Amino acid sequence: MSTPFYVSPQQAMADRAEYARKGIARGRSLVVLQYADGIVFVGENPSRALHKFSEIYDRIGFAAAGKYNEYENLRIGGVRYADLRGYTYDRDDVTARGLANVYAQTLGTIFSSAGEKPYEVELVVAEVGASPEGDQIYRLPHDGSIVDEHGSVAVGGNAEQISTFLDQRHRDGMSLAEALKLAVQALSSQSNGNDREIPADRLEVAVLDRTRPQQRKFKRIVGRQLARLLEADGAASTPTDAPSDDETDEATTEGTTEETGGTTGAGE
Amino acid sequence: MEANPRSTGRLPAAFLTPGSSSFMDFLGDHSPDLLPGRRTLPPVQGAIQAPHGTTIVATTFPGGVVLAGDRRATMGNMIAQRDIEKVFPADEYSAVGIAGTAGLAVEMVKLFQLELEHFEKVEGAQLSLEGKANRLSTMIRSNLGMAMQGLAVVPLFAGYDIDREKGRIFSYDVTGGRSEEHGFAATGSGSIFARGAMKKLYREDLTEQQATTLVIQALYDAADDDSATGGPDVARRIYPIVTVITDEGFRRLTEAETSEIARSILEGRLTQPDGPRAALL
Repeated sequence: MSTPFYVSPQQAMADRAEYARKGIARGRSLVVLQYADGIVFVGENPSRALHKFSEIYDRIGFAAAGKYNEYENLRIGGVRYADLRGYTYDRDDVTARGLANVYAQTLGTIFSSAGEKPYEVELVVAEVGASPEGDQIYRLPHDGSIVDEHGSVAVGGNAEQISTFLDQRHRDGMSLAEALKLAVQALSSQSNGNDREIPADRLEVAVLDRTRPQQRKFKRIVGRQLARLLEADGAASTPTDAPSDDETDEATTEGTTEETGGTTGAGE
Repeated sequence: MEANPRSTGRLPAAFLTPGSSSFMDFLGDHSPDLLPGRRTLPPVQGAIQAPHGTTIVATTFPGGVVLAGDRRATMGNMIAQRDIEKVFPADEYSAVGIAGTAGLAVEMVKLFQLELEHFEKVEGAQLSLEGKANRLSTMIRSNLGMAMQGLAVVPLFAGYDIDREKGRIFSYDVTGGRSEEHGFAATGSGSIFARGAMKKLYREDLTEQQATTLVIQALYDAADDDSATGGPDVARRIYPIVTVITDEGFRRLTEAETSEIARSILEGRLTQPDGPRAALL
């Protein structure tokens, strides 16, 4: 039989989407929430050095779930895009919308080009405005579409379930401590009802804080400040023994050790 | 991307190539025409008339470093600008003050700030103070062609070294040569007079308050003898820019703070026009 093997375009795309979605689902989820003074990023991340959240520009933050080397590449591309744009024009001319567009084009082209493997990543690009009305959150799935989100967004493995959880409970004008607590609850909730506890040292938290006097609004929340926020309102998350489904994320952090070594070495 | 008309809207390959954490390297690959050092000047007769910034001074004190500059830019014998700003934060723990061709210098500082910020964002860690100083050296060297035609930029770089826990000053020449200064330093046309003043007034145990007074005294002496350096302008409320860098980071003194110091110095000079006198022996 020498008949060429035929795959319908629908089938080919569905396969690629399936492939990407599975890759993303292997990573741990993360959430991005609006609160009164800005936007908070919360995720479970056992590593102190390999971040899921990062600063792109003055008011723009980046969050990603999925395969580390792929989103790291996109993150650096975004930093370069933003810095070049700010250098050519002005710092005010760098916007999350522009960046999200570029990411969407990039992801979309890669997704539909038969020669490349689709990226197994889902991104969130957020920009903090001068007031809560000016905040923008964009979710960028693997296929190059853009979703303009309000209030809260979740990406990664359990995204759907966590989104539903957040949609029901998130409201405008929450304090940072409230938003953080809600995010941790959302991340630790499980479909079978057995909620697990995530200890503070496994949480990665960052904010885009519009009240920060500096031009650069992005700030990581670590150590004592994080503990204090988690304990606000007397509701502390008591560290318990880690649940057994921990291994799921190892695939995403595995390749990163080398990656960090590589980047440090390349800083001429 | 505006820089690549042929692209389909996706990030061009240069953006996604892993490797360098340097914004200047990236710029050199992607759009080299944006790098200040890549420009060539057509042959011109004589010196080019462009505004020049003048005097920058710096001094260390236990716990940090002070960097300050006057506010005058001159073009030949004319005052081109009375309120130019020549001292800029480079990042949270360092600052750069520039003397020389104002237009090129401001662009260089902008690129230098971006270089440090870019590295910090990509790597997730700051460059060491030596690393920052070396980076600036490279940028000045790339401007050598312009410098030969009279458009030199000579900065003074000061920062707080977190590892060594002290303030440090680096001075440069037009070829990019870098040397660390101990105690105090000055650059620009009035630097000879400023350095003379600081030599007599500097002590190793200055407080932050005394260090800020010292730099304004030095700038006053520079303005006293150098026509291209501007002194405190009480009528227009134009005072030198004074910045302090300590372990708490960069801070620029407010106008109220500098005006208070400048006024007390002016007060003293009414009785002693040459300023405070150092002991003879």
